[in-house]
Amino acid sequence: MSKKMDIRWHGRAGQGAVTAAKTLAELISQEEGIYAQGFAVYGAEKRGAPVVAFTRVDEKPIRDHSEYMEPDIVLILDPTLLGLVNVKEGLKKTGKVIVNTAFSKEEVIKELGLEGYEVYVVDANKISMETLGRAIPNTPMIGALSKVTGLFTKEEVANGVVELLKETGKFPEKIIEGNKKAIEIAYEEVK
Amino acid sequence: MGKKVALTGNEAAAHAIRQINPDVIAAFPITPSTPIPQAVAQFIADGEMDTELVTVESEHSAMSACIGAAAAGGRVMTATSANGYALMWEMLYIASGMRLPIVMAVVARALSAPLNIHGDHSDIMGGRDTGWIQIISENSQEAYDNLIQAVKIAENKDVMTPALVAQDGFNTSHTIEIWELEDDNKVKEFIGEYTPLFPLLNTDDPVTHGAWAPPNWYFEHKINQLKGLLDSKEVVEKVGKEFGDTFGRYYGLYEDYKLDDAEYVIVAAGSVCGTTKDVVDNLRENGIKAGLLKIRLFRPFPYRELAEALQSAKAIAVLDRVSPAGAQGGPLFTEIRSALYDTQTRAPVINYTYGLGGRDTQPRHINSVFETLKKIVETGKVEKQFDCLNLRGEWR
Repeated sequence: MSKKMDIRWHGRAGQGAVTAAKTLAELISQEEGIYAQGFAVYGAEKRGAPVVAFTRVDEKPIRDHSEYMEPDIVLILDPTLLGLVNVKEGLKKTGKVIVNTAFSKEEVIKELGLEGYEVYVVDANKISMETLGRAIPNTPMIGALSKVTGLFTKEEVANGVVELLKETGKFPEKIIEGNKKAIEIAYEEVK
Repeated sequence: MGKKVALTGNEAAAHAIRQINPDVIAAFPITPSTPIPQAVAQFIADGEMDTELVTVESEHSAMSACIGAAAAGGRVMTATSANGYALMWEMLYIASGMRLPIVMAVVARALSAPLNIHGDHSDIMGGRDTGWIQIISENSQEAYDNLIQAVKIAENKDVMTPALVAQDGFNTSHTIEIWELEDDNKVKEFIGEYTPLFPLLNTDDPVTHGAWAPPNWYFEHKINQLKGLLDSKEVVEKVGKEFGDTFGRYYGLYEDYKLDDAEYVIVAAGSVCGTTKDVVDNLRENGIKAGLLKIRLFRPFPYRELAEALQSAKAIAVLDRVSPAGAQGGPLFTEIRSALYDTQTRAPVINYTYGLGGRDTQPRHINSVFETLKKIVETGKVEKQFDCLNLRGEWR
């Protein structure tokens, strides 16, 4: 399976969409023969305003520095963005949409008019509340993304994020363990 | 081989500065270069650097403090962007006139008004005649590699000229890319210790810096300064080769990408060159002889070498990320065209302004440039010598 893919993240400022794009690039940097580029569109965001971040993944070094993208994958990090952002904008016909939501897949497809696209749902807020005590959906969403795209196995993504968090030296064991669990649960539960 | 990291262009510049560990940095924050001094402040707080960080009240003061520290005999660096660079204006000439090898990371950005924080080359192109060496980077790796080399170039005894290393605001400064971070000690060994020629603080050998030069001497000083700047060209080549021998990534005065037999050639600088390389590859797959000449050293301008590299071209498009501001074209265009005048080729040369204030320049826009070049060769007619890429409507 080709690992070349373009990913667009929709989140809210302060929620970790850029961190998620960065974490994914960091995970990929630890692998051989695969490259990533992560960036966001910067404007006059305020905390809580909708933000967009992008990740390009390819099997060769990425040289294109333009912002334009026709994504293969669109991730919605915040359930309250449903209906506020144009999920389908530029999305390839074969594109996949992964939504953090408590609604069912059928409800999301109907609500967003995503008939004909592959849609996946995962309740990343609930997972992170249970594992971390706070709604920080970005790490579980990386777990869900890994499953849907086949970029990483459950062990690879969980251990990879643990390594990255340990490297920063900023997080207590409990937080690191919580993130690991959140990724594993999201990997299992995304459907 | 270095360690693979996933970091932004700003972080790349900050890591280069950490490894260089200069004696003094004086800086004032301005988007998009703020993360550089911010990261440096963190490195200092964490004990990873012992640089004296002077937090000044403006960029004019930042460059002034750099000049004082460099005259005293220190290895000195700073970072800025856009209006901050413009505010340094007066002091940029003083740094180069005093022959102080200050190295500055510039994250190139549009100048106000209208207020805009995004990438273009208005700042560095406006400062092209300040007597500084100017090196332009395509990506994070180059932003890192070029800063390390700039220290060695600026401090060379035959050069003694300040140098700036530019990268594109947001396109690379805020983009996470995978690049190689070299070993701290290997970098330190590469740049070596700095021995200032005439340190002000050497009381055994008192000297005057920044002296008054009346009409009977000013001219000679300025021409000596010019020689130092021009002599840096050879040093840029030498250091680029040494860097390659040490770290495996070789650098010259410019980069030729599929240029040898190229008929349709784009000349450009900065992050757009990466996008252009992708388009060149696509066209080559379809049998179209496209090529790219990427400007690396813009000051001093290696006009002979660049003109030589363009001799196979049947039509040339020069991309400027700045308004021509009333000139025949952008600065890169006028200099490339002038350089070609002394050579055999009479290939048509056209000019585009692109990417002002962060306007996105996509593969399809670059593709349209190559299509225009092809049409010029086929018809023998140049319809527009100057045009804009991805602008609403016709420019005129």
